[in-house]
Amino acid sequence: MNRVFAYPKSLNRVQTHFCPGCTHGIAHRLVAEALDELNITGNTIGIPGVGCCVFLYKYFPIDVLEAPHGRAPACATGMKRARPEKIIFAYQGDGDMAAIGTSEIIHAANRGENITVFFINNSVYGMTGGQMAPTTLLGQQTTTSPYGRDFKNEGYPIRMAEMLATLEGVAYSARVALHTPKHVNRASRTIKKAFEMQMNDMGFSIVEMLSTCSTNWRVSPTEALDVVENEMIPYFPLGTFKERTGKDFL
Amino acid sequence: MSEKKLTKGNIALAEGAIQAGCRFYFGYPITPQNDIPEYLAMNLPKVGGTFVPAESEIASINMVMGASASGVRAMTSSSGPGISLMQEGISYMAGSEIPGVIVNIMRCGPGLGGIDPTQGDYSQAVHGGGHGDYRNIVLAPASVQEMFDLTIKAFELSDKYRNPSMIIADAMIGQFQEACRLEPDHTVEVFEKPWSLTGAQGRSPQILKSLFLGPGEQETHNRDLQKKYREIEEKETIAESFMLDDAEIMVVAFGTPSRISKTAIRYLREDGVKAGLFRPVTLFPFPQSELHDYSDKIKKILVVEMNTGQMLNDVKVSLCKDAEVSFYGRPGGGIPYPNEIAEEILKALKK
Ligand SMILES: Cc1ncc(C[n+]2csc(CCOP(=O)(O)OP(=O)(O)O)c2C)c(N)n1
Repeated sequence: MNRVFAYPKSLNRVQTHFCPGCTHGIAHRLVAEALDELNITGNTIGIPGVGCCVFLYKYFPIDVLEAPHGRAPACATGMKRARPEKIIFAYQGDGDMAAIGTSEIIHAANRGENITVFFINNSVYGMTGGQMAPTTLLGQQTTTSPYGRDFKNEGYPIRMAEMLATLEGVAYSARVALHTPKHVNRASRTIKKAFEMQMNDMGFSIVEMLSTCSTNWRVSPTEALDVVENEMIPYFPLGTFKERTGKDFL
Repeated sequence: MSEKKLTKGNIALAEGAIQAGCRFYFGYPITPQNDIPEYLAMNLPKVGGTFVPAESEIASINMVMGASASGVRAMTSSSGPGISLMQEGISYMAGSEIPGVIVNIMRCGPGLGGIDPTQGDYSQAVHGGGHGDYRNIVLAPASVQEMFDLTIKAFELSDKYRNPSMIIADAMIGQFQEACRLEPDHTVEVFEKPWSLTGAQGRSPQILKSLFLGPGEQETHNRDLQKKYREIEEKETIAESFMLDDAEIMVVAFGTPSRISKTAIRYLREDGVKAGLFRPVTLFPFPQSELHDYSDKIKKILVVEMNTGQMLNDVKVSLCKDAEVSFYGRPGGGIPYPNEIAEEILKALKK
């Protein structure tokens, strides 16, 4: 019989801390599947920032360094320079990457650090209770934008995948979503490609994933999927913004 | 043994790092320590090492954390404002028990301050600096030779105890030149690092983290750290005594003031004044019991610092209760002359 689905070897069989309706668990599963498929689990070190990804060490059977909030790309830089033969990924939320850690992500990308970064954009600071993030949509109500995000006071939602794609050191930058099976399949291929970029020494790769946060959005799990489709994707378009085909930067 | 060469303090330190086996440097420019990154940018590539000009001191310390977590020797250096920016990272390293060497060639503050020699960062280095209940190993060189030797020591202790080591020196020691033997006086110690992150192939996964959320986990972790700090205090204290055998007054000073104090003591000895010096070389662990023993015999104590009295309290708690402590400090870049210290010694003797 042709097996179409199995539990990934690189995902620990434990209950997660993710809320009902959160698609972050899907992101974890896709990363685990990519590790399996590329057969790199034992050679990979994960570096989560601080946010809902902070428990990464519970879910993956890999070595993990827990970075300070926003600094995972700097930690990954140090580690990759020390161990270029290892596969190093950083894993960040939108507060982590797009607010406190903008300096580290931009310079790691610009140096073309040969690392892979997974970026969960759920448009809020999830772990701390749903405060406004740089990715919060205009008009979106959060605990710290109770009247809705207004560009006059809080500026505009920041598009990280597009911004990073402008930097020479970036080999691969793409945005995917996790709210339908079709999008999950695409995300799966994208994640794999990002790791392959690193395995081929192509430079910096980043995958931004639009993810739900039904708890902090204060909507039902199914409504949250609609929010991704109808509100997030129009502002954060899906696609590949940069894909290096040769080592043209070397 | 190689010959002594006229060497600048910062260069001796940088060369010491290379000879300690450090192959990874991450840093951001700031005076008065720029000779260190410049020397390493030139010389690390020659030995297969890597120099990364980081985008900030926050990035620098996190790069050190990442490199050290994978088991290599790594370092950064900075001064005042840059060291302040590193404090979160240093706290994480202490909490996650990740080694690494941080060099602070101190400049005077607060704020942007000035670049004159000072010791205003004693408290920041010795009493934590970042958040949480932790300790750095802190070494205080007082000569160019010690810039070299203690850098090697800093790497050895850092790896041995899986704890960040800090070297604090003032701009004088960083910038002046002295004869220095740029060769270790012992075989550099290296340590197995079975805890390092190298991929979980063929073993169970390893985690380096400072997050402990389970009931009681953080308290247990903190108690374990404290046990380690007590062990460091028991085994690793270094101090120098100078003319203390018959002394009636003991000057306590580290770094540059200890050198100036020696000159003052030599002057006074010519006039028959029985003065001596106690110089802590390790600031953490602080040489408490040695100081205590001396204060059993020498009751007059003068603490001299280039700050307003940051080591003073550590000295006071070390001494016998009946010791009489005086203090002389020059903050904000002031450097005492030997005659100033000599006068203070005489004053303290008369008290
Ligand atoms: C220096 C610092 N500031 C603040 C925090 C508190 N903090 C923890 S997680 C977090 C926000 C995380 O949000 P995000 O990065 O969007 O990830 P999510 O939780 O949504 O996955 C904040 C502000 C911290 N840990 N460190």
